[in-house]
Amino acid sequence: MSQDAKKRDYLDVTGGWLHKLRGWIDARFPMSKLWNEQVAQYYAPKNFNFWYFFGSIALLILVNQIVTGIFLTMNYQPSATRAFASVQYIMRDVNWGWLIRYMHSVGASLFFVVVYLHMLRGVIYGSYKKPRELLWIFGMLIYVALMGEAFMGYLLPWGQMSYWGAQVITSLFGAVPGIGNGLEQWIRGDYAVSGITLNRFFALHVVALPLVLVGLVLFHLIALHEVGSNNPDGVEIKKHKGSDGIPLDGIPFHPYYTIKDIVGVTVFLAIFAAIIFFSPGLHGLFLEPANFEPANPLKTPVDIRPLWYFGPFYAILRSIPNKLLGISSMGLAIVILFLLPWIDRNPVKSIRYRGPLYRALVFVFAITFIILGYIGLQPATPFWAQIGQRMEELYFLFFVVSWIYTRPRSWVFLALAFLAVMAVITAFDWLGWDTAIAHLKIYSWLIPGIYSVIFLLLPAFFSKLVEPLPVPERVTWK
Amino acid sequence: MKTILAALLFGLLPLAAFAQDEGVPLQHANINLSNTASLQRGAKFFVNYCMGCHSARYVRYNRVGKDLGLTDVQLESYLMPGGGKVSDTMVSAMPQADAKKWFGIPPPDLSLEADSRGTDWIYTYLKSFYLDPKSATGVNNVVFPHTAMPDVLWELQGTQKAIFTTVRNPDGSMYEVFNRFEPVTPGKLTPEQFDKADRDITNFLAYVSDPIALKSRDLGLRVIGFLIIFFVFAYLLKREIWKKIH
Repeated sequence: MSQDAKKRDYLDVTGGWLHKLRGWIDARFPMSKLWNEQVAQYYAPKNFNFWYFFGSIALLILVNQIVTGIFLTMNYQPSATRAFASVQYIMRDVNWGWLIRYMHSVGASLFFVVVYLHMLRGVIYGSYKKPRELLWIFGMLIYVALMGEAFMGYLLPWGQMSYWGAQVITSLFGAVPGIGNGLEQWIRGDYAVSGITLNRFFALHVVALPLVLVGLVLFHLIALHEVGSNNPDGVEIKKHKGSDGIPLDGIPFHPYYTIKDIVGVTVFLAIFAAIIFFSPGLHGLFLEPANFEPANPLKTPVDIRPLWYFGPFYAILRSIPNKLLGISSMGLAIVILFLLPWIDRNPVKSIRYRGPLYRALVFVFAITFIILGYIGLQPATPFWAQIGQRMEELYFLFFVVSWIYTRPRSWVFLALAFLAVMAVITAFDWLGWDTAIAHLKIYSWLIPGIYSVIFLLLPAFFSKLVEPLPVPERVTWK
Repeated sequence: MKTILAALLFGLLPLAAFAQDEGVPLQHANINLSNTASLQRGAKFFVNYCMGCHSARYVRYNRVGKDLGLTDVQLESYLMPGGGKVSDTMVSAMPQADAKKWFGIPPPDLSLEADSRGTDWIYTYLKSFYLDPKSATGVNNVVFPHTAMPDVLWELQGTQKAIFTTVRNPDGSMYEVFNRFEPVTPGKLTPEQFDKADRDITNFLAYVSDPIALKSRDLGLRVIGFLIIFFVFAYLLKREIWKKIH
């Protein structure tokens, strides 16, 4: 109350008219009510750590993309003959156009860096678990919309990789049985990617998907504020409330997390600026060299590859020789993330109290994802396709093992699970047998083999490794 | 958790390290964008030797003048022998249709060549022409075999022949690998002088591909400097506010 009184004093010093203005607005629009409910009296756990910066940073990047995008649209020309030149016009002739464009292109890549870290945070602390399943689903929908937004945006500069990347990805729809060809043409609006495709992607990129994204982000935030934030200990702060009804371990979002996020945002902005001003292409990672050449439908580049953030899924797609099967497994790799809340139903949320093997499991999952991303950027050689297949197996095994770790399992169950997993993997190897890479197939079989020994067979003998640790009643802090 | 983060950062590193490893090894161009004299020489070489066929259609003369410290009068006398306005872009006088007829393909625009091919590629390419009587232009190139481009710098570099060694494949078939160049006739420049000229051209092409790089670093230092100072105050304020939390 005293804080409120102070604020009122401040407003009164200015002659009282600001105070009156607030009263006038509040009588007509719930300004103070919204502010208090969503910010000043929204109680967040006090033990947020480093991993909790990425949500607010992602929001900041979304704003950055929208604002810089609006300014780019003022000078960009969505046509096959003018798009490439108009980007160069922005880079060279428009005042500060280079900065706006680099903020947009680097921002797109960093958006994915931040979103991946944000998602990993959710996995580490079990933030997708009850009652936050819908929060996770909205988050996943944002991620999928973001992938669409990034993919369509990447066509707009109309460089070689823009064109051929879009050509390859839209051709995936052609693999759908029955309606494939029609679907592919319907998406492109033409028999091949052309100026018509460019125009519709432009419309979707600047109008449709941003609206979807902003709407989903709003839903994500509404769901978050309804259930409250999870925290590194994975305990519900709402269980322990003071006599005033405020969670004992909760602190108001403003000023505590607004100021903390400003600190985090400053560090992020320094990294953002370092890339924009010193290496906006980041050695071909954020701006691909092939994309500095205008799109040429008659000249196929040697290696067609997506930008780094699609690498993991592209690796999964390419590691399976059958096109439809490859697309299905890529789709499954995304769909399965939606289902995570119902796969891992272990009541202990945070990795802190899930035992050493679960900790290792999540760690290996993150590494698997990174290796897949790396493979996605490599030339499509039999070696990388095979290693990609193994990494894909580890990717999906994470979900299998997560499901198994849901509750204590008998050693018989674990041993049978181990045998089943190895039987399935061996069967896949047998079906896709290729004498040319027989050695590679046999040796790389050890990758899922050792993985399954560690995560399925080991707990059969040492059940302590997966036993949850005692979870504290209240959050631990300092 | 720190280990996971470290692994993430570490895991991203090899991504940045991928390189093109086909054909002959590229020599390091070793250019320096802050060497204005080199950029000025490069601009002159570019206008004299490249622009007969190639354009840099996104580059304006007066932008080059502004960035390289040349007045409009200097631009007109040094870089615009064919006349025109200083606000024009650097477009070759050669008609595209004719160029296509003469070379088979129109000479590519070079505005972004340094970004798409890399500076090491340009530097090595320009010095890797060799005499090849089988070729229509009389020359060939080890970096870009069967290139349609003639050796426009031969006058400066002189001519050279390429020595190939024959290597046997495991299956018994033979193939040729480039070994070294041997000079045939000397050029106007010594090899050292030619390397310098080559470097100047490469430097200029690197500049035109991303002209703002000349200035963005300075600005970047100031932005990051501001953010560091801002960080100190933001952090102190955060600590002050968080004091109350126990």
